[in-house]
Amino acid sequence: MNKACSGQISARDVSERKEMNCGIHGVSFSSSATPSERRLSALARHLISPTESCSCSASGVSASITSSDVGSVFSHVARAPEDPILGVTVAYNKDSSPVKLNLGVGAYRTEEGKPLVLNVVRKAEQQLVNNRSRVKEYLPIVGLAEFNKLSAKLIFGVDSPCIRDNRVTTVQCLSGTGSLRVGGEFLTRHYHQRIIYIPVPTWGNHPKVFTLAGLSVKSYRYYDPITRGLDFKGLVEDLDSAPSGAIVLLHACAHNPTGVDPSIQQWEQIRQMIRSKGLLPFFDSAYQGFASGNLDKDAQSVRMFVADGGECIVAQSFAKNMGLYGERVGALSIVCKTADVAGKVESQLKLVIRPMYSNPPIHGASIVAAILRDRTLYDEWTIELKAMADRIISMRHQLFNALRDRDTPGDWSHIIKQIGMFTFTGLNVRQVSFMTREYHIYMTADGRISMAGLSSSTVSHLADAIHAAVTHVA
Amino acid sequence: MASSMLSLASASASASASASLSLQENLKGKVKLGSVHFTSCLPGKTNSIIKANHFGRISMSVALNASRFEGIAMAPPDPILGVSEAFRADTDEKKLNLGVGAYRTEELHPYVLKVVKKAEQLMLERGENKEYLPIEGLAAFNKATAELLLGADNPVIKESRIATVQGLSGTGSLRLAAALVERYFPGSKVLLSSPTWGNHKNIFNDAGVPWSEYRYYDPKTVGLDFEGMIADIKAAPDGSFILLHGCAHNPTGIDPTPEQWEKIADVIHEKNHIAFFDVAYQGFASGSLDEDASSVRLFAARGMELIVAQSYSKNLGLYAERIGAINVVCSSAEAASRVKSQLKRLARPMYSNPPVHGARVVANVVGDPALFGEWKAEMEMMAGRIKNVRQKLYDSLMAKDKSGKDWSFILKQIGMFSFTGLNKAQSDNMTNKWHVYMTKDGRISLAGLSLAKCEYLADAIMDSYHNVS
Repeated sequence: MNKACSGQISARDVSERKEMNCGIHGVSFSSSATPSERRLSALARHLISPTESCSCSASGVSASITSSDVGSVFSHVARAPEDPILGVTVAYNKDSSPVKLNLGVGAYRTEEGKPLVLNVVRKAEQQLVNNRSRVKEYLPIVGLAEFNKLSAKLIFGVDSPCIRDNRVTTVQCLSGTGSLRVGGEFLTRHYHQRIIYIPVPTWGNHPKVFTLAGLSVKSYRYYDPITRGLDFKGLVEDLDSAPSGAIVLLHACAHNPTGVDPSIQQWEQIRQMIRSKGLLPFFDSAYQGFASGNLDKDAQSVRMFVADGGECIVAQSFAKNMGLYGERVGALSIVCKTADVAGKVESQLKLVIRPMYSNPPIHGASIVAAILRDRTLYDEWTIELKAMADRIISMRHQLFNALRDRDTPGDWSHIIKQIGMFTFTGLNVRQVSFMTREYHIYMTADGRISMAGLSSSTVSHLADAIHAAVTHVA
Repeated sequence: MASSMLSLASASASASASASLSLQENLKGKVKLGSVHFTSCLPGKTNSIIKANHFGRISMSVALNASRFEGIAMAPPDPILGVSEAFRADTDEKKLNLGVGAYRTEELHPYVLKVVKKAEQLMLERGENKEYLPIEGLAAFNKATAELLLGADNPVIKESRIATVQGLSGTGSLRLAAALVERYFPGSKVLLSSPTWGNHKNIFNDAGVPWSEYRYYDPKTVGLDFEGMIADIKAAPDGSFILLHGCAHNPTGIDPTPEQWEKIADVIHEKNHIAFFDVAYQGFASGSLDEDASSVRLFAARGMELIVAQSYSKNLGLYAERIGAINVVCSSAEAASRVKSQLKRLARPMYSNPPVHGARVVANVVGDPALFGEWKAEMEMMAGRIKNVRQKLYDSLMAKDKSGKDWSFILKQIGMFSFTGLNKAQSDNMTNKWHVYMTKDGRISLAGLSLAKCEYLADAIMDSYHNVS
């Protein structure tokens, strides 16, 4: 076990250090060495190999220097690479080309390529700001009660048995990520099985979220690159060999990054297998209403798992379907066998949340509650939501047609078969690089493009880029 | 860790209990099952063991009907936030909530600062979008918050030696820093004052950072045990992290003097410790932003590397918006840049990026000279009201108490809280008999007290202090 270290070293050491990318994992250390021997040893270890995380040498490296020296206790902290998904936007922003296109992060853009704040959101926000009796008191640890109830109704259905029986606990969290993290931490502490199965591929942040939450991450086959569809056989085999009780991460709809969803029949088979093997389903629902344009349809998979009376976990995000990205609004629901269990589960969720951020932010949740509770606003929302989903579907068709018109080699029908914000193009890393370099198209290295970032005026530029990549780059 | 082990065992035990009985019996309540030893609690083995040793026929479908979370215990309510819950449930009209530290007006209403309302109106008129912030938060906010903390002319800022990442108020910022300590200083300890804010220990526990305490509060003097504090900081292993309250110590309200701060800095420097400030009341304690930041600035001026968590919950009344920042002052810009990148790497799997609303409010208020001036005035008003309430409470106590007890500590303490010196039984009496809600450590929030209620509170304190042991 690595020991504490002050890490302060001489100025000379630091200037040597500047050349290195530091990083080693903890190595135990003989305490009989002299301070300078330990310092030099620490430096030597830092030269071995750069890795992501890093720890310092053993205790006793006391400083014979004053704090005015250049030495830093953080000398051993390596520079972290840019987040792969968010890093795409960073790179895009640096590009000065007038034809640059950002198809990286999944944030909706209008036909004019601009971010969109929904009209209902503006209306709700106006109401909130104008309401003189509104206060900014701490929310309860579990968040805004009304928001929690309405979120549960949205995903499970107004008449859901789990709501009727009071056996679901819903807590407000920081969008999808926060809900997944709190859920993961809860499972690590209170669930007997620490393994979670995630599909291949999945959203890049999933493995990190669950690993830091304390779970052990395994994978199940999902995407078939040959058909560019679902590898159902592989999925069934892998889940079948999962140990009893293992947690299974399921994308409720609009799988990210592939856009490939199981059919209703396949969902039913998945449900039966999960139930018979006693696996615990954990849904990530980030696109309800955004995938098909219909809120109930996009919640079908989740509702199947509630209808059978079993338990499940659901992380909900309002980032996309309400366009509330930066407000960080989401909810974690845990459907339990009984109301009594749900009550205890909720009390334990609070113990996870309190030392993480105490209680969640009020602004976004208030907006969601205002919209969901008001019939008029709710209806307006569904119309705006469908309009966004329809525009994306239209982009899919336009891109497909453009590639067909160019006689671009390959089968591009997956573009219109896949669902949701993203298309898994099937382009490889070299082709993606080429498109960025030559055509200023920004996308993640796995070939995922955000259809939400496309417009009628930019489709042909993208089609040109794909065509060139496929014909010039192997 | 112990509690989670327990629930693991009991979860499996209960699962095995339910598996071996019919659903009806299970629903009747607690079930006693012969001898449930630890080996039978191993997942996967449970059903077969029960089958073989205790019961004949078992329905596998019954086993699957058991809740996966059956054995989970009901957690106790949060000691601080739970007070408000209990207060809400109380129907007595004399009830007084002196639990959580949220500012109240003289009419005991929550207060949204005028500048905040103005800023929000401006934001709405501008029609800003709701795009994701970068992982490190709103750049304008990060700049403003670092400058507020250290002063815009501070060499640390001019030399870019500070890593600032927007965090979820104080708690979230502390948690990010704790995660950084756990990852890059494994085994290093954090020293917490005795007493300290209740949630500090939870934060470091959950982050996996070991902690111990340094003496702080002296019940005999109802003041600072300075010698004890210095001795304990000196005794800690070199390179420990010392958690210091920048101003308005929570829960005691007792702050070191400037001279004492110098000596604290001396010993921290001598031991190569790292000062870790929790600044939740800048501007709220004395009414002056600069004065309340003097301890942090003292350390920075000495060229020391620091960690500083900031919160805008109290000083801008933005409690529920969860706006704060974690700052790491480093000896070089390059180190600060690396540290910032690693803080981002910790934030991404926690919540991806922070909420935009509160950050924009702060940036707008601080960025506009008129609003900034108005803010300072409102802060002086809030701090002033608390000072008045302290005075009135002290006067009431001294008028009523003929025992000769010195209540002047109420005037000497600073900030939102007063550490009354009441023990748990006495605090319970305050609640049970007088409907005064406070935390069990004897802390009262003066922000929740009005001049009108000072007499009543004085009566309650008198009764609890003299008649209950």
